Amino acid sequence: MATLPDVVFAGTNGDAVTDIAAYEAAGGFGALTRALTMAPDDVIEELNASQLRGRGGAFFPTGRKWSFLPKPEQMPKPHYLVVNADESEPGTFKDREIMLRVPFRFLEGCLIAAHAIQSTHVFIYIRGEYQQEFEVLRDSLEAMRKRKLLGKVAFVLHRGAGAYICGEETALLESLEGKRGQPRTKPPFPAVAGLYAAPTAVNNVESITTATSVLEMGGTAYAKLGVENSTGTRVFSLSGNVANGGNYELPHGFPLKDLIYDVGGGIPGGRPLKAVIPGGSSTVILTADEVERATLDFDSMTSLGTAIGSAAVIAIDDRCCMVQLGIRVSQFYEHESCGKCTPCRVGTHWSTQILEKLEDGRASQADLDLLLSVAERVNGKCLCPLGDTAMIAITSYVDKFRDEFQAHIDQGGCPFAGESSLEGILAPVAIHSASAHGEALEGAHV
Amino acid sequence: MSLAEQIQDIRAQYPNSLSAVMPALQLAQTEHGGWLPPEAFREVADALDLTPAYCASIASFYDMFRLAPVGETLVEVCTNISCGLAGAQQVVEGLEREIGIRAGETTSDGRFTLRTVECIGGCGWATVVAVDNRHRLQVKPEDVSALVAELRGEAAGRGDDGDAA
Repeated sequence: MATLPDVVFAGTNGDAVTDIAAYEAAGGFGALTRALTMAPDDVIEELNASQLRGRGGAFFPTGRKWSFLPKPEQMPKPHYLVVNADESEPGTFKDREIMLRVPFRFLEGCLIAAHAIQSTHVFIYIRGEYQQEFEVLRDSLEAMRKRKLLGKVAFVLHRGAGAYICGEETALLESLEGKRGQPRTKPPFPAVAGLYAAPTAVNNVESITTATSVLEMGGTAYAKLGVENSTGTRVFSLSGNVANGGNYELPHGFPLKDLIYDVGGGIPGGRPLKAVIPGGSSTVILTADEVERATLDFDSMTSLGTAIGSAAVIAIDDRCCMVQLGIRVSQFYEHESCGKCTPCRVGTHWSTQILEKLEDGRASQADLDLLLSVAERVNGKCLCPLGDTAMIAITSYVDKFRDEFQAHIDQGGCPFAGESSLEGILAPVAIHSASAHGEALEGAHV
Repeated sequence: MSLAEQIQDIRAQYPNSLSAVMPALQLAQTEHGGWLPPEAFREVADALDLTPAYCASIASFYDMFRLAPVGETLVEVCTNISCGLAGAQQVVEGLEREIGIRAGETTSDGRFTLRTVECIGGCGWATVVAVDNRHRLQVKPEDVSALVAELRGEAAGRGDDGDAA
């Protein structure tokens, strides 16, 4: 395999660079120094030249997002940079590795972004489950403070408390304001009325970290990496039935099957690949045939009717029952629905119920039609994409593995007969509702 | 420093004091041994000029705020897609056997709480087991008895030898 460019993880040689002196010695904070000599609009122009698009999942051009904020003279309110470090899309674990291995490149990017949008307040909303990442950022910020690298910019590390929905930017802002994390009606968009109703840029950790690289190498040079409409590199999170799961930084346009078979070492036991979820659990599933012709970029994924999303690639081998996969995915969205919009709150519950009926062999033909009809009545009817993406993902399992769903009806139960890799998987058990009675089990529970 | 004083320090970081409610509840939860009894809501409410009901409405929204007592050691197993494909269910069942409770329960001596959770972001290193929020990676069913023995052997204090990537 040819040498692949490292951009986000440049200079790490696979390790973590958590020592500020080592980061500086390798040219760290040079991008910040350069940015601070530039006018804010010129920094935005550099980002536009790079054609960097958001790495959180929506792929929105980063420079353009920053340019939407009114200038302080047009709107004399504080401007805020909010970094979305609430990574929680199932399959995605790239931002945590970025925060652990290149914390200074990430924090340098925060300062560059703050300069570009003329903000002196940076809020990093980090998911509550990321304890070690929180500590690394806290210590790294302290090291930067001691070296007087923060200038006038105040940082707040705000820890989430376990709510997938807070990855949605307006829910995140509500949560940061001390409310339940429920999405807002848009417009107004955060660029105009975001945190505390003031102009706010909300960016993903990897986008912000890449901004440092763009300022280092220049936007035009960055745009030469990757492919048209998907410039640069991406940190892909590879998981599922694959020999070497982990994060791999690759240029956009890299063949999906090479990620699984060359980089990832293939499917354990040489089993056949059945399907791949290409961009996190919210994306349309790909069949093994589609994987053959897919490349990891926006255009290829769009042409296959799916999305590159959060670049979380989940490989699934032939042992997995697609109805069980549907149940587990539906349970997740049902659990994480914030409850604000009825179609999502109720629709995700219905979808779980119908899929469980199918799996148990209690379903008729009409139930399969009902599942698709429920999905249709959720799509496009809510404030945020949570319910939509749940339904789009689940209906894609039905569309592409219809025979398997049909077999559950025709055979009156699961054709895998207890041998599916997801057999019996337990959904989350909340302590909220669990009684802490401490009743000991008698003997083994299998 | 008292809880009320710590909350005032947090409050000073934010342009709007309401923003301090989550970090204040997180502190209160630690002070109260890992969960939020009714007096914790009163303390946070008093410190931030809110009502206890408002604080409870925030806590009930987020999965990591606990409204019932938990054991000294909280063991959480991810059972989302990637961990599930890697055999998370066998890890859960192994933990249930070794600890002697079902997922969602606490041992009668208050030593352990076991539960299953949604994706905690270690998918490539499945199965992920969080012990007091420190992630153990690539846990296999055969690793479970050694893990539980290790946790039983630990002093009453919280284990903090996390080895996340």
